[in-house]
Amino acid sequence: MAKSLVSTEPYAAQFEALQAALPEGPLAERRLQALARFRELGFPTTRHESWKYTALRSLAGLTPAAATKSPSLDRAPALLADTPAHRLVFVNGLFRAELSDLGKLPQGAFIAPLTEALDDETLISDEESGAFALLNQALFQDGALIALERGVVLDQPIILTFVSIDEADGRSTHPRLAIRLGENSQATVIEHHMGYGEALGLSNLVSSVDLAAGAKLDHVVLQTEQAQVQHIASRRVTVGRDATYDSFGVTLGAGLSRNEIEVSLEGTGASCALDGTYLLAGTQHGDLTSTIHHRAEHTTSRETVKGALAGKARGVFQGKIVVEPGAQKTDGRMMNKTLLLSDKAEIDSKPELEIFADDVQCAHGATAGELDADALFYLRARGIPEERARALLVEAFLADVIELCPVEALRDELRDRAGRWLAEASQEEAAA
Amino acid sequence: MLEIKNLHATVEDKPILKGLDLTLRPGEVHAIMGPNGAGKSTLSYILSGRDGYEVTEGEVLFEGKDLMELEPEERAGEGIFLAFQYPVEIPGVPNSTFLKEAVNAVRKYKGEPEIDALAFMKGLRETCAKLGIDKEFLKRSVNTGFSGGEKKRNEMLQLSVLQPKLAILDETDSGLDIDALRTVADGVNAMRSPDRAMLIITHYQRLLDYIVPDHVHVLSGGRIAASGGPELAHKLEAEGYADFVAKDAA
Repeated sequence: MAKSLVSTEPYAAQFEALQAALPEGPLAERRLQALARFRELGFPTTRHESWKYTALRSLAGLTPAAATKSPSLDRAPALLADTPAHRLVFVNGLFRAELSDLGKLPQGAFIAPLTEALDDETLISDEESGAFALLNQALFQDGALIALERGVVLDQPIILTFVSIDEADGRSTHPRLAIRLGENSQATVIEHHMGYGEALGLSNLVSSVDLAAGAKLDHVVLQTEQAQVQHIASRRVTVGRDATYDSFGVTLGAGLSRNEIEVSLEGTGASCALDGTYLLAGTQHGDLTSTIHHRAEHTTSRETVKGALAGKARGVFQGKIVVEPGAQKTDGRMMNKTLLLSDKAEIDSKPELEIFADDVQCAHGATAGELDADALFYLRARGIPEERARALLVEAFLADVIELCPVEALRDELRDRAGRWLAEASQEEAAA
Repeated sequence: MLEIKNLHATVEDKPILKGLDLTLRPGEVHAIMGPNGAGKSTLSYILSGRDGYEVTEGEVLFEGKDLMELEPEERAGEGIFLAFQYPVEIPGVPNSTFLKEAVNAVRKYKGEPEIDALAFMKGLRETCAKLGIDKEFLKRSVNTGFSGGEKKRNEMLQLSVLQPKLAILDETDSGLDIDALRTVADGVNAMRSPDRAMLIITHYQRLLDYIVPDHVHVLSGGRIAASGGPELAHKLEAEGYADFVAKDAA
């Protein structure tokens, strides 16, 4: 396959500059291997089946610079500011203790930045085979490790805030997140990826989630990065017997974003939800690519993703449910619905089922449509100005999907952002 | 208050209104009756500003302002209210949110401050009680899953809350049983006032037994074919529209 025009060489240079600062140990060798493999593969192009709708051309304009030190920031923006939480803040990929507040952890709970575990070989996996995940293996410098022992239930959510400060072109950060929940343990993890500045930057996150039998994780990811940022996130999730992975993703930011999620329902009775929403405007491109493997009996998956696209925005939804042989009594449902608010907005939606068992229930669907003209007129006839009426209808379209967000305390925030989104997007478009 | 002069209008280049004249003064209740296809709904949509209707001749003045120059929301701000024949279902927007948005939008248009949310909800519950509407109604999404009667009652609730200068009721009786019709008519009658005009558009005389108009007009062939008092409605009920339709065709 022809290689991408986006060169891997500057990233090799970034690695060389970084190498001296990385610890010795077994991971050092793995990093070298990952870099070699990454260079061999090159960045994906639209000729790769799973990247068919997402071109990385704009990445060519970015020459990565090694993060020397974390820029100054007085205070990180706080989601759920009034809620007690374990808070970790990262600025340009690096943990900032003075902005964080780990709070008090119960016995058997471990939450720490990765800086202290950079020689831990278990942080990376051979199953991470994509170019961006390999690049992250070579370059990761920080991130978080969350581990709960058997039976530990965290009452307070863990809130991870990743702040990108892009004052000069070339930020290239590769944080890593590992969440390991022991048997029957429970946690809520909220990630917020956001930023300041108008320079080109790359955020390349890799996460792994392992849920042992009976564990439950509520996982919300809110991405509101700046328009010049390319945000790539690859997540691998394994769900054990009777364990539950309930996730909700919100994509509002970044010029180009790609969320690649691979879930493996490994144990009998395992279930997952990959719900979420995307609100994109201008020339934003947002890609959500997921694969859910049903590998055991009585496993359940649900994926409901609804979004709205304005301006020339483009959305990509690729969702695949794979039912492995023997995974009888699987229940898998996937739905993608998009509201197109302009003639130039585009959605490429590709739900797929691959079923190798005979006693299963699976369904998938995709719809795309415009705002209801009758509803718009009805609201305007009652005095509500057109722009506000459109915003209300967008909010209404998203109302049911927002109800699926497992962190109830965040739903108001999400409704509020959904309500404001259209007005802010049109203002930006008018200013551009 | 409302002056319609020699109004000609087309829908997809097809002439529907062909020289309609009508004047409403404050306090008056006018009924427009007519056979199907006479242009009754076209008139209501033109007055409220729906897309797809082109005025080719004539003018419409509301309190001296050229109504055709205004967007639908501006017309609502000026005090025009259309009670829809088919109220639209809007899943996801709670009725109370919708009503508050509408009231505040109209207040903003008039340069008034936003209404106090608590006072508004209190007033809203009182209005519901008056109209025989269950408070649960306010939490439900606008018209979503409502019965025909509930939808029309919701229109009356909006009418009461928005207190317009001119209320246009488009086939408000359609789809209503006699009890619902009576409730809706009571709601409308309670809104009659010396400062407010009403235009009732209807195919059947039935509604006019409950909301007695001051003037009745027959719309046929795109213009007012006859005008009179309430007795004209009874005549139409007894004799049908054949006379007017025949005259128009001739």
